[in-house]
Amino acid sequence: MESFPEHCGEGNDSMLSYEKHRDRLTVRLAGELDHERVGPIRAELDALIADPRVKHLVFDLTGVSFMDSSGIGLVIGRYKALARRGGRVSVAGATPRVDKIFSMAGLYSIIEKLA
Amino acid sequence: MRIKNEMRLDFPAAGKNESFARLVISAFILPLNPTLEELSDVKTAVSEAVTNAIVHGYEGGEGTVRLHATLFEDDLLRVDVIDAGRGIENIEMARTPFFTTCADDERSGMGFTVMESFMDAVQVTSKVGRGTTVRLEKRLRACEEQAARRA
Repeated sequence: MESFPEHCGEGNDSMLSYEKHRDRLTVRLAGELDHERVGPIRAELDALIADPRVKHLVFDLTGVSFMDSSGIGLVIGRYKALARRGGRVSVAGATPRVDKIFSMAGLYSIIEKLA
Repeated sequence: MRIKNEMRLDFPAAGKNESFARLVISAFILPLNPTLEELSDVKTAVSEAVTNAIVHGYEGGEGTVRLHATLFEDDLLRVDVIDAGRGIENIEMARTPFFTTCADDERSGMGFTVMESFMDAVQVTSKVGRGTTVRLEKRLRACEEQAARRA
């Protein structure tokens, strides 16, 4: 199993680290997910899922302390990219708050919620 | 209705000020001992409105965003998020879930839906070429509950 913790750039207290296992990429996000912070995360994520071997993207949101609708866009965008090559997206560790926002957006009809 | 407290803050339309605006509105309502849920609701709604001002109002360019918060005697919180940007042509369409003018930028189009879900009332006034004001209102129930317990 490979594991390469990575940061999202200077002065940004949101953090992304990931772990690849076969065709599954687990991405752990931490900090506040707003429009400002989602930008660098999206760029880094897209570079990671450019690897055609990735078929299952798991967002581990345990460390997310705040999220607004920018988080919905981040997940939907990656879902579209993965779905185009027959992949899928799951979410794990959503706090009740994040869960409320995802439910509101109907996200669980296209992505799986892991316990 | 008498005013308990009031604040105005002008800041540049920069992404880093999204989190700053959340901190400021939190600090404004914290003395009322809101529940964690109320605090999160208000922070999230303000974050959406401020992001809209920056991303849509000023389209990522320069401008000033004003945060004007008023707390009334009956613990009604009113937050106006004001920009002098491009304005909204069709407010009804802008408020439709999943509608976005920024398809490439991956905005989810859920900003107004989130605001409406977390606040008691959301009012949008806008003039094309002049700017937009989003008025968010919420009665902070935690205060009432505390008063009831004290009585």
